[in-house]
Amino acid sequence: MNGPHDLGGRHGFGAVIPEDESILFHADWEKRVLGMTLAAGALGYWNIDASRHARECLPPATYLGASYYEIWLRALENLLITYGEVRDDELDAQAMLQPGLRVERRLDAKAVPSVLAAGGPADRPGPAPKFAIGDHVRTRNHQPSGHTRLPSYARGCRGVVTALHGAHVYPDSNARFEGENPQPLYTICFDARDLFGSDADPAHKVSIEAWEPYLDPA
Amino acid sequence: MHDHPDHDNEMDDMTARVRALETILVEKGLVDPAAVDAIIDTYEHKVGPRNGAMVVARAWAEPEFAQALREDATAAIESMGFVGRQGEHMVAVFNTAEEHNLVVCTLCSCYPWPVLGLPPAWYKAPAYRSRAVREPRVVLSEFGISLPQGMSIRVWDSTAEVRYLVIPDRPAGTDGMSQNDLADLVTRDSMIGCGVARPPATSGTAA
Repeated sequence: MNGPHDLGGRHGFGAVIPEDESILFHADWEKRVLGMTLAAGALGYWNIDASRHARECLPPATYLGASYYEIWLRALENLLITYGEVRDDELDAQAMLQPGLRVERRLDAKAVPSVLAAGGPADRPGPAPKFAIGDHVRTRNHQPSGHTRLPSYARGCRGVVTALHGAHVYPDSNARFEGENPQPLYTICFDARDLFGSDADPAHKVSIEAWEPYLDPA
Repeated sequence: MHDHPDHDNEMDDMTARVRALETILVEKGLVDPAAVDAIIDTYEHKVGPRNGAMVVARAWAEPEFAQALREDATAAIESMGFVGRQGEHMVAVFNTAEEHNLVVCTLCSCYPWPVLGLPPAWYKAPAYRSRAVREPRVVLSEFGISLPQGMSIRVWDSTAEVRYLVIPDRPAGTDGMSQNDLADLVTRDSMIGCGVARPPATSGTAA
């Protein structure tokens, strides 16, 4: 979707503000949002692509005005409402008004180390790749209303395949719960001038990961 | 509402909102507050950029490990015990005298948690996400880094589940240092590409 999250190449956001690496959070509530977001994932209602899409679907002004943990919180609330585990009136009352549904899937504290260590690998058996390292490709003008991982700045651009990663879960399908639909995944390297115009630095290259349905031969 | 001048019981809006959601989820039996604590503890105290620094130090000290990182970073990093969420598919990119590497996630906040821990706020904020791909040299200047004239720059936008770890150049004057001491020179930002490794302390300087 052409949402507020698709920030690559946009102007007007000002300077980066570096911080000391000891600073992990800016408020204690951010820690609880981190923990709740990961813990609620264990309920099994959504996958990583659907949770990213929930963040992208926040109203643009909200998304751009929020810290990242606030984005996570708002998306988590919306997902829990979507799946009926939390109701608006409960958030207003700040109290439970109906029992939980998938209580049997609650992530217990003792399972946390193994769940975090297992992660969620995205590689799957899938179709053989059509492209090889060194092949020239052009990204499609792919702009679905749903979730996609082709950034807008890299649409319709010519690049070269620099790595193959096997087949990975295809986010455009997975975010809609239409199956994992594994597709060959590539690293595509672009000359910055092909992305950002002739004023760009000739000694600057940008790469993305792109699934085969984002690509045409060039 | 707030009769007491000391405001002891006042919560800011976000704190109240988060507490409300956690209260509801815990009452419902959907979230174990001890699990939330355990997740926080993991990323506050157990998993952070020291892991990545140990990977970098070993790559500097052991050419065969550096080669293993080039060939299969996921396996090489796993061999040091660093595995899990947001590090399932790792790629290590090596800075050279000719090319500098910089990592970003323009679409969200993808970051190699098992080796770097949680991403800093700036990594997830619009300024970095919008500009790292378009004007990386200007972004680097905001970190106090100026690349030599003629050095090329490659920006890696993490658009899939592949996660990147930058292996910065080894500083001069570090021959014979232990991997532990080498790791002390490796900053988090240098492993994102927004910094360089620290020079070693000059010999003879007393603490």
